[in-house]
Amino acid sequence: MRRDQFLRLAAVVLAGALATSACGGAENTDSAKGDPSQPAKPQGAKIGLAYDIGGRGDQSFNDAAARGLDQAKTEFGATANELEASPGETEAQKEERLRLLATGGFNPVIAVGFAYSKPVAKVAQEFPNVKFALVDDEAAKGPNISNLLFAEHEGSFLVGAAAALKSKKNSIGFVGGVQVPLIAKFEAGFAAGAKHIKPDIKIQTKYLTQPPDFSGFNDPAKGKTAAEGMFDGGADVVYQAAGGSGGGVFTAAKAANAFAIGVDSDQALTADASVKDVIITSMLKKVDVAVYTFLKGFASNSVTAGSTIYDLKVGGVDYSVTGGKVDDIKAQLDELKQKIISGEIKVPDKTTG
Amino acid sequence: MISRFNVRSAALTLVAPVLAIVLAVGITTVVLLVSGDEPLETFGYMVDYGFQPRTMVLTLNLATTYYFSALAVAIGFRMNLFNIGVDGQYRLAALIAAAVGGAVTLPAPLHVTLTVLVAVLVGACWAGLAGLLKATRGVSEVISTIMLNVIATGLGAWLLHTDRLAVAVSGSNNIGTKPIGPSGQVPGLHLIAGTEVKVYGFVVVAALAGIGFHFMLNSTRFGFDLRATGRSESAAVASGVNVKKMIVGTMVLSGAVAGLVGMPQLLGASYSYSLDFPTGLGFTGIAIALLGRNNPLGIAFGALLWSFLTNSASILDVHQISKEIVIIMQGVIVLSVVVAYELVRRYRKSAEQRRVGQELAATAEPVKG
Repeated sequence: MRRDQFLRLAAVVLAGALATSACGGAENTDSAKGDPSQPAKPQGAKIGLAYDIGGRGDQSFNDAAARGLDQAKTEFGATANELEASPGETEAQKEERLRLLATGGFNPVIAVGFAYSKPVAKVAQEFPNVKFALVDDEAAKGPNISNLLFAEHEGSFLVGAAAALKSKKNSIGFVGGVQVPLIAKFEAGFAAGAKHIKPDIKIQTKYLTQPPDFSGFNDPAKGKTAAEGMFDGGADVVYQAAGGSGGGVFTAAKAANAFAIGVDSDQALTADASVKDVIITSMLKKVDVAVYTFLKGFASNSVTAGSTIYDLKVGGVDYSVTGGKVDDIKAQLDELKQKIISGEIKVPDKTTG
Repeated sequence: MISRFNVRSAALTLVAPVLAIVLAVGITTVVLLVSGDEPLETFGYMVDYGFQPRTMVLTLNLATTYYFSALAVAIGFRMNLFNIGVDGQYRLAALIAAAVGGAVTLPAPLHVTLTVLVAVLVGACWAGLAGLLKATRGVSEVISTIMLNVIATGLGAWLLHTDRLAVAVSGSNNIGTKPIGPSGQVPGLHLIAGTEVKVYGFVVVAALAGIGFHFMLNSTRFGFDLRATGRSESAAVASGVNVKKMIVGTMVLSGAVAGLVGMPQLLGASYSYSLDFPTGLGFTGIAIALLGRNNPLGIAFGALLWSFLTNSASILDVHQISKEIVIIMQGVIVLSVVVAYELVRRYRKSAEQRRVGQELAATAEPVKG
């Protein structure tokens, strides 16, 4: 009896250690264990979700998708199986992940991240009766593929304007996680927004890593160093589009007594309590809403194939007001927002040069 | 007497890897028990999944890639050169080869040959830099190849830009080199029945490379010099080997093989080098070279085992078993191989001493016979 207890304790301790070291890999045990081909619960859909590197627990992009999934799970009584990519894996492995979900009876299947583009295109063809959703990519087309896209540049334009309005030194910064076209969209919108307010504003830009090194999305120390450099160089507001590295940017802002702008989620709510007060606003990329809407559509049998663009107009991207730090400029920002929605302001989605 | 000894010696050679796998399975069982998963069930899933025809093809395909990487590392290891730079070498080689392959249209065999040749050349040059640095300035190849990896990453990121070698894929956040046309693609082979998926054509090249490696080591002057330098540099110098030339030559050869690492994926599957091209294969190669004891046949088994484990991670994930178990297994196997070989080596040594002792004792007392 005592030995049993000891074993159980040891198991719990070690499992805990494994879970933390494995980046939350052991967290997704809430769905049915065992053979995936046997329905665990009679009611509701069996949702398959394939994350990009980082998976649930990255406090950023993947977590946003997880929030949408969780909401749908409780609301529609669905079960889910969540799988996660390994760093540096091949396309064949991504393909196999989706195929295993589809053959395991999971429907719909959601793939998070543009790296799933070709795998989704291929596997969706093999399983015409399974509905697929693909976040951040519209190159994969098919009658059973829903592409969920975001106008990140539009949301970034607004926080760029906010940064310019809030900057006293006429100098701001942008920290990107990895130098990929997707993050360049954030940068382009941010710079355009800032220059719209103050054409002569100084903008420092820094990407933490370059592909194929994707650690820039998950390295707070690098984020901190980059932001420190910007604050030392005269900036007083820094926008980060760096996923898990963003926490370091906030820490640096706190130390420099400056401001920071969050990304993807409302980070004035989700960030560490000690740095929440430096976050004046966040560029919201509502992956959760997109995933939830897709699942809701699936539940009511009204999923549409093809691209859905989550832009400012439909509230797919936005800026947050938590903390009240942008209340004084809210009117100006909302005016810009209306101008973008009406098409009066065209926001570039590519950086020049 | 002699034949019996050979049988025992052969058996001993097999004991080490078997011992290593038994150890690895044992330790993994403990880890599984502790984390609350059923070990037998877990291994059952892995084996079940691993022997489906589809998975067998996937395993063979990934193993082909691993094989080149491990071979590249093994060439260096045989001369006591630690080429950690295979990773950077293959990435840069694949990127530039993909760009060249995508830019031209040639008759099929020429097109493939050109692409592969570019990859081999780029890999050889990049590794050759480390060789030159060591031969002329005495820079440790461990340091220089690690640094060259970082430079390769930077250079690759600079080149993979829409202003230079990359084109944007419409509607995608991905960018990649211009896709290589049909004439430059290497068709797959239907080797395994019961599945539509094809084995990379490059599996043949991998087998040839393995045979070539064996032949080079055992039947050429270069191979002899290489092994001699690896065993004892001073002895090699004394017998007239130009060690500096050997260092550069070995690094160049290692890099040339490293250039092939990305080819199965590039010419057999993706036809373009994009942001999601597989990374880290060079480091996997180091582990597999250790596992296969730098022997072409051993490396083949090592690559297959490693690839089987990597692929079976997917099925564990589906069954809600932490797929990190596979990484633990791979790590434990490498460690156990090192330990097992050392144990067997010691056993062999003492057995040899005993045998010699017995024989000496037997000759010392001829009267009794």
